[in-house]
Amino acid sequence: MSALPESVEEIAGGLLAAGYLAGESTALVTYLATRLDKPVLVEGPAGVGKTELAKALAGFLGRDLVRLQCYEGLDEAKALYEWNYRKQLLRIQAESDGTGWSEVQDDIFGEEFLLARPLLAAISSATPVVLLIDEIDKSDQEFEAMLLELLSDFQITIPELGRIAATSQPVVVLTSNNSRELTEALKRRCLYLWLDYPTVERELEIVRLHAPELAETVARKLVEVVAMVRELDLKKPPSIAESIDWARALLLLGSTDIDSTTFTDTMSVIVKHRTDLELVAERVGLALAS
Amino acid sequence: MSIDRRLLELGDELRGAGLAVGTSELLDSFAVLGEVDWRDRDTFQQAIAATLAKSPEDRRVFDVVFERFFFRAAEAAAIEAGIVEVGGAGGVGGDEDGAGSQIDLEELRRQIAQAIADGDDARLHDLARLALAAVGRPNDASGVVGVDVQRIRRLLGLRTDPQPDYPPDDPRHDGLPADVLRRFEAIIRRELERAQIERTQTLPPSRPLGDLDRALPSGPAADLAAVHKVVAQLRRRLATQGVERRGARRHDHVDFRRTMRASLQTGGVPVVVKYRPRRPRRPEIYVLCDVSTSVTSASVFFLSVLHALHDAFRRMRSFVFIERISEVTEVFARQRNFKAVSEAIAADAGVADISGYTDYGRVWAEFRDLVEDDLHPRATVIVLGDARTNGRDPRADIFATVAAKAGRTFWLNPEPRLYWNYGDSVIDAYTPFCRAFECWTTHQLEDFVKALTTPAYR
Repeated sequence: MSALPESVEEIAGGLLAAGYLAGESTALVTYLATRLDKPVLVEGPAGVGKTELAKALAGFLGRDLVRLQCYEGLDEAKALYEWNYRKQLLRIQAESDGTGWSEVQDDIFGEEFLLARPLLAAISSATPVVLLIDEIDKSDQEFEAMLLELLSDFQITIPELGRIAATSQPVVVLTSNNSRELTEALKRRCLYLWLDYPTVERELEIVRLHAPELAETVARKLVEVVAMVRELDLKKPPSIAESIDWARALLLLGSTDIDSTTFTDTMSVIVKHRTDLELVAERVGLALAS
Repeated sequence: MSIDRRLLELGDELRGAGLAVGTSELLDSFAVLGEVDWRDRDTFQQAIAATLAKSPEDRRVFDVVFERFFFRAAEAAAIEAGIVEVGGAGGVGGDEDGAGSQIDLEELRRQIAQAIADGDDARLHDLARLALAAVGRPNDASGVVGVDVQRIRRLLGLRTDPQPDYPPDDPRHDGLPADVLRRFEAIIRRELERAQIERTQTLPPSRPLGDLDRALPSGPAADLAAVHKVVAQLRRRLATQGVERRGARRHDHVDFRRTMRASLQTGGVPVVVKYRPRRPRRPEIYVLCDVSTSVTSASVFFLSVLHALHDAFRRMRSFVFIERISEVTEVFARQRNFKAVSEAIAADAGVADISGYTDYGRVWAEFRDLVEDDLHPRATVIVLGDARTNGRDPRADIFATVAAKAGRTFWLNPEPRLYWNYGDSVIDAYTPFCRAFECWTTHQLEDFVKALTTPAYR
């Protein structure tokens, strides 16, 4: 395990080595998060690299990544811990004679019978980890409330066992697509980072980083077209991941230029709605033809 | 004068602008400053923004306030210390026979255009001061900063549209990038304000941020996207509602037969308990949407809500009404494009009769006749309208029978609560039978989503 980064430049370099091109504010906020042990809340449209950031950070710090994917209806049994009640039941069965009620009761609520779910696993791990709580906005508000204790004090209270404090301090990254307003209480405990679609220059660097074989002229045209597509009023604008996919697709096809035919053939890589496809074909196809 | 005091003042200012800045946020920002090199302005701003501004809207407000706050702080300090710039480009107060009169205006125009095309901020700062010295004559100045900025911009011939008179290698030939030009204007504005403060030796009163300053750059299209987002969430919530309820109430029924069968594996001990599966409730939604002239501004919003709902639910029937009611489920099912839908509805829904004013009484009666047999306690009826009857009988009794047949009834009113029951608004006649919400922003729509998806215990 490497030590905590000493400077913003170091973390930017480290993330780059892990295949993530961090913007200035991204590197700064990530640096602050690791130094201050504060969770970071990363918000932004889908596919700008929020989850990637956590992965790259884990790679750079040399830590394990514990990931909790949130969804509607996620509850503590799936996120925090659960009692292994089958084992408890067997235990009761195994020594049903001779033991008194209180001994069995003390016995079956021990750590042995606890199933650690991602959050508990993250703070009770022997070596520090990076904890990624993905798409927190998909979960319910009740779940958010449950996270508060973990995020501010890095501890979990289990009624039968008492307080379980963190044995190691995880770096916590929460991501959100901003599909609903998160509670003030949660935001208060986090540093905030807003990731947006990158500028053409930056996206070009990102595409070149992930598809280095693609000729620079093609890559430049590609990001320009993607920027143009994002300008349109689409149901789902193309993400960075999709531009990279597109770059790889072009590589595979051996295209040396993006003209209107290549574009129409491959645009389904970046545009994924039928109505969007029509709109894009009409507008961008025309622009490319001229 | 110390930095911590300034930071607290900034926090105060941000609170005034509507940001939720608590003590813990301020403590965080101090902690953050301990970790970064805060002599660098950009880093400083980014670092405290990460602790104080926690949404994109907040961040926009933060940047505006931050900029203004430190500008004012610096100017206040300058007045206190009695510092006056000498010989520099004092802008409006600049000297007549100094550098200003010798500047070749055409050359200056070209240089500024070049700097704007390059997006070179440092050069823009220098050139703005030069430009002020050259063209910011006090006798032309109107005294209103905004007017002066535009005057200077015109004098410098800076335009975003292409000017083909210039040679092709000149940046003005293809027009200048709008965003950098805006930045340049901001710099000029700043310089002019500075000159004004220097002249009068007082700070202008700090003006609260108007709604304009903080408004998102959005058009109806962006609104449409926002509505779709909220409704997508609504659908998800409804889809998982059954599960949520199970978690909340834990009244699962044990499937005894399957539990016994499973226990054979463990020697007759029922280790694994099998439950009866619970079917999530399938929502059935009836939406009635007012499209009359009194809600013209809102009806685009409502139609987009309707459109988004249709994307989300299969079992949904929608109606539009003015004087009569007309079912438009078909139109939405056929057409996915929002613009085409609204045109189709405007063209041939056939809901206006003679006057073009809403007649709620008649609408209820027709609605009852249309769907009476289909309504059942699991159905949800949503009315989108302003409850302005134009003096006609509201016929709340018919509405009551409809509401009694349906499981739940909601009313979304596009008017602020303040205007309810004023004039011919009769929303109070209906509120005993439904839950009414004011709904004219997507934010309020979200509140409604919350209410709609909380399970009804009856």
